[in-house]
Amino acid sequence: MTPGAISVQREDFDPGREADALIAGRRDVGAVATFVGLVRDANEGCGVDAMTLEHYPGMTEAALEEIVADAQQRWPLQGVRVIHRYGRLETGARIVFVAVASAHRGAAFAACEFIMDFLKTRAPFWKKEETPDGGRWVDAREADDDAAARWQKKA
Amino acid sequence: MQVKILYFAGLREALGCAGETVELPVGVGNVGELRAFLSARGDSWQTPLSRGNLRFAVNQRMAGPESAIGPGDEVAFFPPVTGG
Repeated sequence: MTPGAISVQREDFDPGREADALIAGRRDVGAVATFVGLVRDANEGCGVDAMTLEHYPGMTEAALEEIVADAQQRWPLQGVRVIHRYGRLETGARIVFVAVASAHRGAAFAACEFIMDFLKTRAPFWKKEETPDGGRWVDAREADDDAAARWQKKA
Repeated sequence: MQVKILYFAGLREALGCAGETVELPVGVGNVGELRAFLSARGDSWQTPLSRGNLRFAVNQRMAGPESAIGPGDEVAFFPPVTGG
């Protein structure tokens, strides 16, 4: 894995700049798939003004590195970049960024989705939403487990 | 033996504790036994730690109730993750 492939940070990021950096100086990349996750203004029928993301320093980075290494085993990838923010984030803020570079779009799309599916079920982050009724920890969704599980069949 | 224990998110709030170093008695050798040992402190520990969906990590790797723990290990208890 190239150095700097994973960042866990408070600061915002520039998706375009990150995607450009991934392919700078390369001529073997034919496709870059990117994903940006944002703070939505509603969850399960409740208004959300902001959220605070907590994580497990050390384990978070290790879990993300393992997920990226798994993706690199499955697909021929020429670059991967993962950024996940923590701390207090307001509605509309960027939370997470995944970019995958490959020779062809199939691997890039698939690896990007794979990384997000496993990030959601394996990386130790927790969201606490600020709603008009007070703070509320977000419940894990079964759909996220299902999304990660379907990759086992495709292996 | 001594282990470092960390609690995260809603569990940390329910326990009012982010982490501690604990001297374990003989007979506490895995995550499930550690959970039972901590639960025996009383209701304020037993109730949060009895949640069925609780997750565990040993030395920053996902673990299960049967995962062994040794001297100096870092054990974490937390709810299912919700990042992304």
